[in-house]
Amino acid sequence: MTARVKVLYFASLRDVAGIASETFDTAAPDLRVLYIELRARHGFALPVEKLRVAVDGAFARWEDKPRAGSEIAFIPPVSGG
Amino acid sequence: MARFALSDTPFDVASLRAELLDARVGAYASFEGWVRDHNDGRAVDGLRYEAYAALAEREGEAILTEAMARFPLLDARCVHRTGDLALGELAVWVGATAAHRDAAFAACRFIIDEVKARVPIWKHERYRDGAADWLHPG
Repeated sequence: MTARVKVLYFASLRDVAGIASETFDTAAPDLRVLYIELRARHGFALPVEKLRVAVDGAFARWEDKPRAGSEIAFIPPVSGG
Repeated sequence: MARFALSDTPFDVASLRAELLDARVGAYASFEGWVRDHNDGRAVDGLRYEAYAALAEREGEAILTEAMARFPLLDARCVHRTGDLALGELAVWVGATAAHRDAAFAACRFIIDEVKARVPIWKHERYRDGAADWLHPG
């Protein structure tokens, strides 16, 4: 079963993907596998171990299942301040 | 009321400070982070901050709430810039008030350290040699 999700890209992920967001149909069992799919699709250099993941504006767990209609963001190492 | 804010324009520290001061305050400590002309041995011309605003505001607010619980503060605030910044511009401001100085100093340090570690804001540096890059430490 596939879920249609919106994926947001920031910083170097957005530059590499060439887009700030996309709608994506995924059959991934969890958010980790979803990132691995998208990493292969876009050629992201950052491995999953370097990232955090957020769903609908709140940090989430890699083990969470993608829910249809949700907004998923992969968070590269931050550098504010 | 929100204690953490993103700002896409320059902001005035004097008015933020004035909002924190009242008769209970014995100590006010602040931290200001500024755009400098070098990083990691490279000459920097300017930078851009990008934030995931919804999550940055939520995480920033959580840090300020943690600071209020952790230290005997009267109040605390933090504002972080987004967008394009030139050399010498203010990038981030933290202000903390307490009855006594220990709490104000410690909270200020805690807040800026946690913001740098946790809040989804990214720095894109432009170098004098024409290159530019995102900083993704760690």
